[in-house]
Order: sequence, then C-alpha cells, then structure tokens
Amino acid sequence: MWKWLHPYAKPERAYQLCSTLQPYFFWPAVLCILVGSVWGLAFAPQDYQQGDSFRIIYIHVPSAILSMSTYVAMAVAALVGIVWQWRTAFMAMIAMAPVGAVVTFIALFTGAAWGKPMWGTWWVWDARLTSELILLFLYLGVMSLYGAFEDKQQAGKAAGVMALVGVVNVPIIHYSVEWWNTLHQGATISKFDKPSIAPEMLWPLLIALLGFALFIAAVTVMRMKNEIIRREYHRPWVKEMVQSAKETNHAV
Amino acid sequence: MKALWSGIFKRDLALAFRQRSELAQPLMFLLMVVTLFPLGVGPGPATLQKIGPGVIWIAAILSSLLAMDRMFRDDFWDGSMEQYLLSGQSVWAISAVKVLVHWLVSFVPLLILSPLLALFLNLTVQMYTALMLTLLLGTPLLSLVGAIAVGLTVGLQRGGVLLALLLIPVFIPLLIFATSAVDAAALQLPYRAHLAIIGAMLLAAMAAAPMAIAYALKVSQN
Amino acid sequence: MAGLTAHTLTCVKRDRVLFADLSFTLPAGSLTYLRGPNGAGKTSLLRLLTGLSPPEQGEILFNDVPIAECLPQFHASLTYIGHKPGLNSALSAVENLQYWSAQHSIGFSLDTAYKVLTTLGLVGLEDIPIRMLSAGQQRRVALARLWLKSADVWILDEPFTALDVNGIKLLETHMRSHVEQGGTVITTSHQALSEVAGPVTLLDLEYRI
Repeated sequence: MWKWLHPYAKPERAYQLCSTLQPYFFWPAVLCILVGSVWGLAFAPQDYQQGDSFRIIYIHVPSAILSMSTYVAMAVAALVGIVWQWRTAFMAMIAMAPVGAVVTFIALFTGAAWGKPMWGTWWVWDARLTSELILLFLYLGVMSLYGAFEDKQQAGKAAGVMALVGVVNVPIIHYSVEWWNTLHQGATISKFDKPSIAPEMLWPLLIALLGFALFIAAVTVMRMKNEIIRREYHRPWVKEMVQSAKETNHAV
Repeated sequence: MKALWSGIFKRDLALAFRQRSELAQPLMFLLMVVTLFPLGVGPGPATLQKIGPGVIWIAAILSSLLAMDRMFRDDFWDGSMEQYLLSGQSVWAISAVKVLVHWLVSFVPLLILSPLLALFLNLTVQMYTALMLTLLLGTPLLSLVGAIAVGLTVGLQRGGVLLALLLIPVFIPLLIFATSAVDAAALQLPYRAHLAIIGAMLLAAMAAAPMAIAYALKVSQN
Repeated sequence: MAGLTAHTLTCVKRDRVLFADLSFTLPAGSLTYLRGPNGAGKTSLLRLLTGLSPPEQGEILFNDVPIAECLPQFHASLTYIGHKPGLNSALSAVENLQYWSAQHSIGFSLDTAYKVLTTLGLVGLEDIPIRMLSAGQQRRVALARLWLKSADVWILDEPFTALDVNGIKLLETHMRSHVEQGGTVITTSHQALSEVAGPVTLLDLEYRI
C-alpha cells in the first residue's frame, strides 16, 4: 500500500520532491497569510468584550494549533525513520524541529502579549501558555540532542527516539496542565475559551491557519533541501546537479 | 533467565555495594536541597506544609537526574555494553534488569529517607502516606523513562546537563499528579484517582520503555 | 561452508563513506590479518562483522545465513575483544570473568578461571580490582575470554596493544591452535604478526577521502 512512497527514501528523489513542492507551498502561504491577516486585523468586526485586542488570535491561534501539530508531524517522521530505516525521514524530522520551535515561541509571545491587556500582566500560568512552554522545552530538547552528536545519522535516530517519547507525553502534559490549572485557579474563566465565534471572525482565522500551515511546510521543505545537500554534498548526484546548474547559469 | 539473574542483576548489585559512597551522594544532595527551602522561604509550619510535597518531589527528580547516568555510563565506556549486546540475551531484558537494579539502589534508599523529609517539612500523617504511595509508584517511572534518555546520551562526552534538559519536561505530568495527590490528602480528599493515573503511566512505561532503551543503546553503539 | 562472509558491505560514518562494496570470506580454519591506515575503518568493519552496528548496505552471512536472522546462534559462537577491554574497574579479574560467563551462558568454574589466569601470567592478581592492574595485565584479563569461551569465530580489535613479548607470543600461539582446530580469526594489529601465528591471509582497507 505504501510501496509508492519508498523511492522517496532516497535523498536524491526526496530532494527533487522538495524542489517540486516548494513553490506550491510557498506562494499560497504568502497569499493566505496576507489575506488572513489583512482581513482579520483590518476588516473583521470587533469583539464586544475585548475590543481590538482580540485580533491577536489571527496569529496566536494558528501558531498555537500548529505548534502541536508540527511536533506530531515530527514524531511521525521519526517513527517512519525508525521503522523503515529511512535516512530522509530523520532529515525531515530535524528540518521541522526549529520551525516548530519558532512557531511555539510565536504562540507563547502572542499569548503573553494578549495577556497584558486582558489580565494586566505579561505572564499568567494559564493552562494553554504553560503547555506551550513545556512544548517549547520538548522542541529544544530534541534539537539540542541532535546537535550534540557529530555523526548526524546517529543524531537523527537519537533525536527521533526523544521526539517519540515527547509525543507520547504531549497529550498527557496537555491534560495534566489543564487539570492542574483548574485546580489552582478555580473560577477564572480562560479568555482563550471561544465556544462560538462569528463567521466573519472565523473565516480570516481559517485562512490564516491554512497560510501558517503552508508556510511551515514551505520552510520545512527548504530546510530539508539544505539538510540533504549538507549531508550528501560529496555524493555524485549532488556534484552532477551543481554542474548542470552552473552550465545553465553560463548559458544565460 | 539465569544469565540475567547472575550475570546482570547480581553484578550490578555487587557493584552498587562496592560504590556505596557514590550512591549516597544524591541522597545527601536531596537532603540538603530540602533543607534549603525552610531557610529560603521561611520556617512557618503552614508554609512548609503547603510547599512540602512539591519540594520533596522536585528535589527527588533533581537528585535522581544527578545519578541517572550511572545506569549505563561505566558499562558504555569500559566496553561492557558491547559484551552485553553480544551475549545472546535480548537487549530489552538486560535493560529492564539494569533499570530494576537502578531503582533498587537509588530510589529505595530515598523511600527509606522520606519520613525524615516529611518531618522536616511538617507533613501530616495523611500527607506522608500519600507522598509515600506516589513515590512508590512514581520513582520506577523516573528510572524507566530516564533510562531511555541515558541510553541516548551515554555516548556523548558531556551528556549530563543535556540529560536533565531532555528529562525535566517529560517528568512534569508525574510531578503534577504526585503533588496534587498529596495536596488532596492534606484536605482529606480521596486521591485514588491520582494514584491510578500514575500507576497507568508506570504500566505504560513498563511495557514500552525497555524496547526504547534497547533501541537507544544500539543507536549509541554506532 | 562454515565461516563468515561479507557481501557488498558499505559503511558510512559521519556522512563519510569508509568503504563501499566490500566483499570477502573468512573461511573456517583461517587467520585473517586486517590492515589499513588510521581512519580507514578497521574498527568499524570489525563492529559490522560482530553485528554491533548495522551496515549501510550489504549483509554479513554466518554459515550462509544472514546474521540478522541467526543473531543468538551467531553470538553464541563469537568472541569479540574490542578496543575497550569490557572489564569493570571496580570488580576483580575473577569477578569480571564470572559475570561475563554468566551473561554469555557459559559454564563457569573458579578452577578453570584460576587456571586460565595462571596461563596468562596473572598469578596473585586474580582478586584485586581491575583498576589496580597495569594496562598489559588488564589486556590479559580481557583476552582470558578466548580461553574461557569455546567460540568458532574470534573478532579481535588490536588485541596486542599493551602486551609484552611473552604476551604476544602466548596470544599468537593460541590463535594458531584455534585456527588449526577449524576456528576463524580476524584481527587487526599495528605491527605485523610473527610466524608463531601460522599462515595468515591479508585483508587491506584503504583510506578513502
């Protein structure tokens, strides 16, 4: 069933696939982010309680959602790498890690910035912010483990195991922190809780979410290309590619 | 089975008793960290009782991180690990036995020391019972999950701080459930649910961790 | 045919290809001397042969069966002595060997252990912690495994390091008698084997950039 995927385990094919996909991710991402933010920031109606400050959700919510999903994607890549012993899967995993970490940081930063007008303080131990912070720690752990090894193939496997340990923990952390939060804060209603949202607010949010997802994919694909070249630069296919690229440049 | 019993279990126990002072150091660290808290936040019995469970659990996690890499470090660097892997025994079984010995020699003394800590931090008898139960269920989890990260970092020259960075976020849920079990006990509320969750995490770790440790050790051998 | 066969092995370390498409056979009753400059991948090749690390490509056959499929049987008839002695420094020579024998499910008797250690010239040093012994003496304790376990295949990584003249001769004699009984030996060494070791097959690895 998954046979058609196997050729992409080879770095060369993976590189080609990345090159093909990159424009399809990048330009729609730019478009969606532009449309989503302009619509959300300038044209969507005000929130009747929070005024204009709610508009940060057009950045905060997509990044918060995608920080978790990027981690899951990373763990899926790691699992593929461990089970089928694909080198490229580990490369994809490590290409995602810093992207995910930055997205997590954006979610944290915007969350804190939102907290200032809402709670009057930059940091509250709100459940979602706390679990984002722990998620950031998990990302940093995977990245520093990868960086600590000199043999990058070994590094990929080690970081992959840690990513899997982390992903088992992500839901546990999420629910334990949420529960811990209700325990300690009692009646405080979470401002992030949005059971219903007006459609004219929802559409720009969904577009921004799509844009963020495509942007993460585009950056991941770019980073993966770099990673492949960095690891394989002494292989014949890279030399051939560089050679042919030079020739076309000369021709122009 | 016999190979694991007399080749690994007895060997590691013998080694542990020969290196008693090394084993005692994390415990002394634990005791001293706990001593710092009354000095730092004030000795009021109510304050101590409030922060006590958290302090004991955090100190236990930190002190266990200090000694965690003992589990595989010597074996890796002197080449015993290679010989384990070539012994024809399954690696996960060897890892499981080594984790068991690690728990016996580093956490059982901690359990024995815990009444003293409870006394220092003014815990009530109910709180102490809950603390003891959470330690009993939670510390094997520390050993099992910790062993995965130790297996991954054992080949690195300076893996000590990295080990802590990898493990602290992973231990957070355990810390939350364990301390709130003690908090519930302080309010005379039932805390069986907390224990059940910790127990569930322990069982899951017992099922999955030996495989992950074995894989990590093999990766480190590359 | 008994013995160990390597089939188109490729080894990559730190994204550098150490060797590619390497094929050879170590037949039963042969002593192979693996040579090559530093960094050519001698240790890596030996570790591939033991099954400690998987090759990037290719496979290793033990008695015509891939070792991945017969790992317990293969390890039961293998003794590997690596760079690292595999001895815990806080345990004595006898304890180290005793626990090692138990791990490898070999029958162990104190008498045999003392006899082997006597052969190796370690009389009186059996019961003191390994860290008190000199490097050469530690090497001898590590090599005692070759006397304790009756394995067909010996994979030895620089076994002569730190050994004195007598020690080298002792080991070479033992290797020769093992080969004459139909055993397979592959070894590296920074100096050539003497004629005491008997007929030698050479296997050369080149340094690749």
